[in-house]
Order: sequence, then C-alpha cells, then structure tokens
Amino acid sequence: MSLDWLIIILQNNLPMFLRGAGVTLYISIIGTLLGSLIGLLIGIIRTIPLPEKGIQKILLKVINGLLSAYIAFFRGTPMIVQAMVIYYGSAAAFGIDMNRIVAAIFIVSINTGAYMAEIVRGGIISIDRGQFEAAHAIGMNHLQTMLHVVLPQVIRNILPATGNEFVINIKDTSVLNVISVTELFFQTKSIAGNNFHYFETFFVACILYFIMTFSVTCILRFIERHLDGPDNYTLIGNQMQVQRPEDQTLHEKNAGIYHLNEGSR
Amino acid sequence: MEQVIAIQHLNKSFGQHEVLKDINFSVYKGEVVCIIGSSGSGKSTLLRCVNLLEKPTGGQIIYQAKNILDDNHNLTAYRTKLGMVFQQFNLFNNHTVLGNCTIGQMQVLKRTKAEAEEIAMHYLKVVGMENYIHARPRQLSGGQKQRVAIARALSMEPDVMLFDEPTSALDPEMVGEVLKVMKELAESGLTMLVVTHEMGFAKEVADRVVFMDKGVIAEEGNPEQIFNTPIQERTREFLKRTLEKG
Repeated sequence: MSLDWLIIILQNNLPMFLRGAGVTLYISIIGTLLGSLIGLLIGIIRTIPLPEKGIQKILLKVINGLLSAYIAFFRGTPMIVQAMVIYYGSAAAFGIDMNRIVAAIFIVSINTGAYMAEIVRGGIISIDRGQFEAAHAIGMNHLQTMLHVVLPQVIRNILPATGNEFVINIKDTSVLNVISVTELFFQTKSIAGNNFHYFETFFVACILYFIMTFSVTCILRFIERHLDGPDNYTLIGNQMQVQRPEDQTLHEKNAGIYHLNEGSR
Repeated sequence: MEQVIAIQHLNKSFGQHEVLKDINFSVYKGEVVCIIGSSGSGKSTLLRCVNLLEKPTGGQIIYQAKNILDDNHNLTAYRTKLGMVFQQFNLFNNHTVLGNCTIGQMQVLKRTKAEAEEIAMHYLKVVGMENYIHARPRQLSGGQKQRVAIARALSMEPDVMLFDEPTSALDPEMVGEVLKVMKELAESGLTMLVVTHEMGFAKEVADRVVFMDKGVIAEEGNPEQIFNTPIQERTREFLKRTLEKG
C-alpha cells in the first residue's frame, strides 16, 4: 500500500521535488563556495605576522578583533534564528525587501564563512614552517607566499573538512523554510500538506537528500585522489621533456590494448 | 677582493639567552667560507641572520654599501640576491621540480614563464636533476630533493649562496651526491657561505674556515691553518672530537 502511494506521489509531484532539490543544491553550492572564499580571506588576514610597531599594528589588531567577533557570533547562534533576524530584521529596520534566495545564500555563506575561517586557520598553522621560510628566503611577500605556496597545500588538506561543511549545508538549508525559501523541505511540506501522506512524502525527500549528500562526498573523494597524483615517478628520458610520465603510461596502456585487439583478430 | 657582505658587531638574543655575541666577518666575491662548530654554537643562527629569517637584535649587515637592517631597506630585493639551502630542503610541496625552480623567478623577479623555465632547466642540468622536472617533491629521495633545492636557489641567480647544514638530514649514501654538486659550484667561482659538519668538505673546498663556539667566532683562517695548526685550545678540542667520530 505504501509503495503504491510512493509511486503516485512521485508521478504527481516529481517536478516539484526536483525543483526543491535544485534550489537546495543551488543554495548550498553557492553558499559553500562563497563561505570558503570568506574563510580563506579571513584565514590569510588572521595569519599576517603582527608588525612590531606603528599604525599598521593597531589597524591589524582592530581587524582581527572584528573578525573574531564575527566568528564567535555566527558560530554561537543557530542558523534558523539568524535567518529570522536577518530576513525580517532587514525588512523592519532598513525597509529592504530581500529576495528570498539571495537572503538564503547570504545566510548560508556567512555561516559557512565563520566555520571555514577556523578550518583554514588550522590548515595554515599545520603547514610546515619551512615552507614559509623557503618562500620568504626567495623574496616572496606574505600574499605571494600564501597564494602560491601555502594556500594550495591548505586547500588540499582542508578538502575533507570542506566536504563536511558542504554536506551540512545541503541538510541545513532545510531550516530556511522558516523564511519560505522554496527548497526541498519547504516543497515536501507543501506536497504532504496536500496529500496528507506525510511518511511517504518525506521518505522521498529523505532519499533525495541522501542522493545529494552521497554524490557530493563521492565527487570530493575523487577530487582528493586526483590532486594527490601517483606515488611513484617514472623517470623520463631527456628527449621527451614535454611529455609527462602519466602520458607515457597512458600511451603504453593504449599500446597494450591495441596489441590485445591485434591478437584476438 | 670585492666585499659582498660585511657583518659588523652582530648580536642576537632569544629573550635572555644570547646566541650571537659581537660577530664581525665578511664574505668576499668568489670565496667559499665554511662555518664549523659544535651544535648550539650559533652557526645556523648566524646564517639565518644573514638573510633575516631571524632578525638580529643589534649590529649591521652591509650589502652594497648599505645597512640592510635599516627600517626603510628593501628586504625583498636583498633576499633575492641571497640563495638559501635548508637542512630540511623545504621544497614547495604543491609544485613540481620545475615549478619549484620557476615560481620565485616569475613571482618575485617577474620573469616570463618561458624565460624562467629556460633558466631553471639550465640549473637543473647543473645539479643533474633535468630528468625529474615533472616529479613532485614527495616522489624524490633526500639527496634529489636537496639538489633541486640548490637548483631552485641558483635559478634566482643570487650573489651569494647560503647553505644551512645541507647534508645533515641525508642518509649517508646520499651525502656524496650533494657534496659533489656543491664542490662543482665552488669550482665554478660561486660565492658560498656554508654551515657544515662535513670536515672533509671544509678542508678540501673552503677558502676560509670560521670556527664558532658559544656564540662568538673563536678562530678564523685558511683550512690548512685551522685543521693542522689551530691556535685556540677549544678549536683543537672540537676538531679532535669530530675527527675521532668521523
């Protein structure tokens, strides 16, 4: 009986489910990306070595204080409350009628940013001091060191934690139904409100959420493996400098397949 | 002879602890200076003070008739003129061998990619690592990493090369390949300042040997004099201890 209903619900409401899932994915992708950017930026600023004296030192201290306050506030309050405060607050206090999707992305971004800032800071601290020293010894400044040496390594190292944030965002966008963002949870609630089959309808939502989070996990794992590259290095001859060792193994592999085909013919 | 770097009355303390006390010495063009001494004598700190990885607490470092410890001195320009080779190699883990040798040239010296790669390839050939240009640091052995680190520093075409115990972190069988490269560089007329525990290398290659003890330069002279007829008692003791071990 349940199973029949499941099929009927899907038949009647599939576009609505998919649209909801689409909005969820859209908000969480953009939110995670923007949040990661905010986190990286704050991470860079918070690891600038303090100058010994002068106005720059005071300025940097003030900025660091503000950033700490931002992180403390957004990590310390629930996103569902932030959503209410920001969405209705902006309307009441400044008379701004925010687009719901924009508001949603804004809330998810600054929330993720607060968490990512700490993840990035941890990632930067964990990079060997020798990497900084080597970059400085070559004459790079803080920004160049960060962009070309440290952050690429940090990004690789924090990828698992970023994946975590992404998965959390996919699930937590559901709280944005309180400001009527038409994401998956909001759509499911509407559908269930029409057909009164709460279990079956939400079961569909459950599966859709799981498909989204699981795919994201798999994709990130794939990217991690790709970034790591092979463990061994095939020595290449002098005459093949433009070719990478991967190309060569690929070439050999293809040649192998070719021979096999030849043999079977 | 033309003076490249002159160090005058250099002091360095970490808190209450005085590591370097009133150091005076100069490096001349084309000269190989080896700094020897027991652990904790301040020889690595001295080298790190020369390119300001550690900020000296007092004194002057004169380069091209200017004191680089002045507040308004251009630190970046100075550092590109010094090549540094670390004990722990410190290759950039996110770059290939070629990338390690080009990134500084492109970012700091603003050379084009083609130009940087050409220069990098030249120095990678000098150290014998031209077959590994697409390898990542973690795919290399210690000796290979150190040779790439030398090529990276040379690619910036510095006036002076600084070596901070370049063979101390290596397996014994890899020490030879790195020392061989350094010997060739010395013969090509490169100005080198080497902190080392390799007495054989110092004896054979150095033009001048500086012996440090407890934060001061205890004795200084040409290798024959330092190794065969040391004046100071503590130099004799140090050499006796090290040469017995080796």
